[in-house]
Amino acid sequence: MSENETKNTSPENEEVQYSLNDDRRVKVLSPGAMVAKRFFRNRIAVVGLSILAFMFLFSFLGGIITPYTEDEQFYRSEYLNKEYAGVVQNVDFRFVSAEGQDLGSVLQAQVVLATQRGNDSFTYRDVDYQVIEEGTDFYRVTLADGTTLGIAYKDIVNSSVEGAKISYDFYYNALLAYTNESGSFSADGKEFTIDENGVVSDGSNEVAFISRYVVQPIMSDVFLSRDFQEMLIVCLEDGQDTFTYTDENGETAEYSISYRPDVKNWSVRQQTETRIYDTYAAPSAKHWLGTDRNGMDMMTRLMYGGRVSLIIGFIVEIISTVLGIIMGGLAGYFGHWVDNLIMRIVDIFYCIPSMPIIIILGAAMDAMSVDPQIRMLYLMLILGFLGWPGMARLIRGQILSLREQEFMTATEACGISVSRRIFKHLVPNVIPQIIVSVSMGIGGTILTEATLSFLGLGVKFPFASWGNIINDVNNTFVLTTYWFIWIPAGLLLLLTVLAFNLVGDGLRDAFDPKMKR
Amino acid sequence: MLVHKYIIKRILLSIVIFFFVMLIIYALMRCLPTSYIENVARAKSQQPGSKSYEEWMAQLTAMYNMDKGILAGFFYWLGDFFRGNFGDSWYYTVPVIEEFHDTIWLSFVMGLITMFFEIIIAIPLGIIAATKQYSRTDYTISVVALAGISLPTFFFASLLKLLFSVKLGWFDLFGLVGRNYNQLSAWGQFLDKANHLFLPCLTLVVISIGSLMRYTRTNMLEVLNADYIRTARAKGLSERKVIYHHAFRNTLIPLVTIVGGSLPGLFSGALITETLFSIPGIGYASYHAMVSGDIPFSMFYLAFLAILTLLGNLISDILYAVVDPRVRIA
Repeated sequence: MSENETKNTSPENEEVQYSLNDDRRVKVLSPGAMVAKRFFRNRIAVVGLSILAFMFLFSFLGGIITPYTEDEQFYRSEYLNKEYAGVVQNVDFRFVSAEGQDLGSVLQAQVVLATQRGNDSFTYRDVDYQVIEEGTDFYRVTLADGTTLGIAYKDIVNSSVEGAKISYDFYYNALLAYTNESGSFSADGKEFTIDENGVVSDGSNEVAFISRYVVQPIMSDVFLSRDFQEMLIVCLEDGQDTFTYTDENGETAEYSISYRPDVKNWSVRQQTETRIYDTYAAPSAKHWLGTDRNGMDMMTRLMYGGRVSLIIGFIVEIISTVLGIIMGGLAGYFGHWVDNLIMRIVDIFYCIPSMPIIIILGAAMDAMSVDPQIRMLYLMLILGFLGWPGMARLIRGQILSLREQEFMTATEACGISVSRRIFKHLVPNVIPQIIVSVSMGIGGTILTEATLSFLGLGVKFPFASWGNIINDVNNTFVLTTYWFIWIPAGLLLLLTVLAFNLVGDGLRDAFDPKMKR
Repeated sequence: MLVHKYIIKRILLSIVIFFFVMLIIYALMRCLPTSYIENVARAKSQQPGSKSYEEWMAQLTAMYNMDKGILAGFFYWLGDFFRGNFGDSWYYTVPVIEEFHDTIWLSFVMGLITMFFEIIIAIPLGIIAATKQYSRTDYTISVVALAGISLPTFFFASLLKLLFSVKLGWFDLFGLVGRNYNQLSAWGQFLDKANHLFLPCLTLVVISIGSLMRYTRTNMLEVLNADYIRTARAKGLSERKVIYHHAFRNTLIPLVTIVGGSLPGLFSGALITETLFSIPGIGYASYHAMVSGDIPFSMFYLAFLAILTLLGNLISDILYAVVDPRVRIA
């Protein structure tokens, strides 16, 4: 108690004693303050107001704070295992005919038979042929008179120079040297050396190499370098599954080898790194709500979407309110035929099925491929123009009753002009109803816009809107798998519309002087 | 009698309004750029076995009296409409009336189910909220009602699908009938359809419940503040009797008028919900007709909707005049 008394004597809390009939004894609140007081006492309405405040901060401030832009796309790298090459170990004889001769397929078969039996000659259609073993798995086929028809071999000579042809002479001599391990040979008038790995060089450059493995690229535009093939074959013989190879351009890639017993070959897959849009990424520290189907940051899209939804809500409501005030004010003030005319127009507008009309217009704009930005403008104009009759009806009703009151007679007696009388004296008295109606109307408009955008007929890509973000659930896979794509947007939408309705409800109660509390 | 005069006056007014509404809609359709019709004609002509582009253009322009002025064309359309000649749907390639007949009853059934549940849930809750004004119950009911109004249909439907179709697997995601519909007995077919209609109807009920609940609450509050309720209480009647006998009967006046007024709406179909669940009702049919630029079907559907709205207003006005004699003077 004593503490309280000491507090009261402090200068700022000092209660000055006024005489009983002093006006200052009575705390006077302006009507606005009364409304605010009543409004803030309504807890639900305050919740609504805080949700709205959050939404505005989220949409307008969030868009500034977020490190990403509205339509910034993100990439991720993905490893693709592409079929790169196929390797076959050659177990069959291959044949090359000598120049001007023809070693046909029947003779080839006879040669194989002869070698299998260990014969060095065979007779076919009364002609005798000689099969001369020149080296390991390397035979020369001649006629009885010694004319060489061709060669049969298992080790294959591959050209190291892209696109170069190998002559028969070169082929024969190279294989002869290789299978006999003689180290050098001459062909086509040039000297070549050959090492134990089968690499053939003309003294300075490598021209060919000999190997029992056949390495063929899967794609025709790929040339497999000698280095690569050598490395591959070393790995094959060592039984390694993977290896890395850096080509002459310095590009490193990883290769994996797998043996397919059914076709007796090895397939080589190249792991390449590809950059693709980071679509439907799960929420992470970088993207709090993941990314959408275009690889854009969901959180940022939601912020910009909120901007669009709120701005559209406000502009549409401004358009329809201004139209409604003018029309309703005129109808209510003048009455008689003006009232009749305007109210019949209102009846007509009430009767127009707005949703189908907007859908048809949206589809027509789709067909004309209207620019998304202009389209947004049209959308606002259409929604605003279809929305005014409700406001006009409300204002007319209010003004009809206000018109007969004494203060209006007074304005008439004072000779105030008609437009001033309507818009300065009548309309301000209707403002509470207007505010309530606008607050609820914005919620409704946001809902309509979202529905249209959801159907793909409202706000279009690249602009975000909460409705067109949820549009992705039309894809059942997204509906079932990626909750973060559509649930946050839906909740924001629901909360925003609910908040506008709650605030409108709270304002209605606060404006009503008959309210008990 | 006065009621007769009043009704006739309202009907005449409705006809005039219908005339102007359709004039506006017709003018709007005509103002769609001609390239739109050309697109349709081009698309039509590219379908296998179709007529040539020029033939389609000629047919379309003649069919819609595009070669005449807007006003003249409108009167032709109106004449056709009143003679029951609605034309052929471009999208469904059958007469408009046939497609309408195929789809309308499903929408009607859905509307009826929805309305039944809407009434038996919303009105009692609204009355409870009003009798316990400012209580916790009242706040809960009011917030739930507002949430229902604020729920975006498509979001709510998606949530239901996720919960009931994907997680629980009780219902199919889309469609009116299941995969093995044709093998089912008559009773099984009925159950199958009922199963597929559950989620759409649930969506519609939840979305529409809020406004009727709020309307009931407001009206009940108004009645509860009336003098005759105070009198009834002063007489010493039990609270039960006051509320359910005196107050409720008087609340019925606005309720009957609004429910009566929404009866024609049973036929209008649920555009969004039917589309979301692929339920082949009038809403779904007209949505596809509208987005594919099917003018005959769209015009018919819009006229149908306008008539339903006017009929609804008419019914609620007449009911109001019948139930509450004070209105008739106006």
